[in-house]
Amino acid sequence: MFDKGKVLGGLAIFLCLASFPLWYIAAQGKAAYPPDPVIYPGSDQCIESAEYMRKYHMQMLEKWRDQAVRQGDRVYTASDNKTYDISLTGTCLKCHPNKAEFCDRCHTYNGIAPNCYNCHNIPPQPQEVLRGTK
Amino acid sequence: MNLDRRTFLKLASLGLLAFAAKPAIDLLSHPEIARALGIESSAPGRLAMAVDLKACTAEAGCRECVLACHSVHNVPDIGTRKEEVKWIWEATYDQAFTGQEIQYAPLKDASVLLLCNHCDNPPCVRVCPTQATWRRDDGIVMMDYHRCIGCRYCMAACPYGSRSFNWRDPVPYIKDINLNYPSRTKGVVEKCNFCEERLALGQQPACVEACKTGALTFGELQPGTDIQRVLSQNFALTRKAELGTRPQVYYIV
Repeated sequence: MFDKGKVLGGLAIFLCLASFPLWYIAAQGKAAYPPDPVIYPGSDQCIESAEYMRKYHMQMLEKWRDQAVRQGDRVYTASDNKTYDISLTGTCLKCHPNKAEFCDRCHTYNGIAPNCYNCHNIPPQPQEVLRGTK
Repeated sequence: MNLDRRTFLKLASLGLLAFAAKPAIDLLSHPEIARALGIESSAPGRLAMAVDLKACTAEAGCRECVLACHSVHNVPDIGTRKEEVKWIWEATYDQAFTGQEIQYAPLKDASVLLLCNHCDNPPCVRVCPTQATWRRDDGIVMMDYHRCIGCRYCMAACPYGSRSFNWRDPVPYIKDINLNYPSRTKGVVEKCNFCEERLALGQQPACVEACKTGALTFGELQPGTDIQRVLSQNFALTRKAELGTRPQVYYIV
């Protein structure tokens, strides 16, 4: 084998670099951070369950959009028969005014840029949010 | 049965005609086509507006309705004519009623309030490739900004210049943003919506509410309503009636 040292040395360097994420986590003791959206204090119940909202809020918003704009029907009846105004700024952002700490956390983490806020207004962002408290 | 060739052909073609008649009648009686051909008149209960020009111009320089509308709907003031966004605005009598210029008309020097006519037969709707604009059953010609792709066909089709294009992000040009109504974004067309969002709450349009002289009357065209009364007691013009768009903003002259 020619250039045994160079080949093996190169391979070793490559393996070190390729496995960097693995041993970096081992050295740090924790994995990559999960997104950490902050629930704004004051409201304890969303219009649907948290799991449902986490999974399907985007489909729900799309349905709301068509229902309100195209059918002119601005009332959403939740699964517990409570009714809500169909409004991004008026309903969603009323309980979640901290868009930067709530919406953007997961969107940024997932590399998603929803264009809702090109037109829909963001209320003045609250100054201080109590992390993790209700 | 004894059929000669001639009788057979006659009967066969009559039979074919009978098959073709049903789809043809169905097609022609389709509401959209009936509207386009002008067979059907405006449905009862549709919304319309009457502008009493004499009352409107009674107070010189009054722009209350324009200011109210533009602040309620977050209409930007860009400052150049080319990029101007307007929902409700003013023009001279000759500009408003082209083809009906009468040299000695009493209101010839009046400035005329203009807005989307919410036509019964709206050309903008017919050309929109994405159905971002459509005519609701109550007559409002609506815009769905979510669906608008900014092709501006509707602007070319509208004979009244009622539509404006957002050449740039309008948000920095809105003085006091109304948080209860969305703004628009770069690349969409916008226009007057007859205050559809206020009607849903049982309110009158912003311009009608802001008018100090009672020049604007708004409502459903049906017996017993103010608008029907006003229109049946006064002579009213519509803009460019000869185009067959059947505008629903009436000018009492």
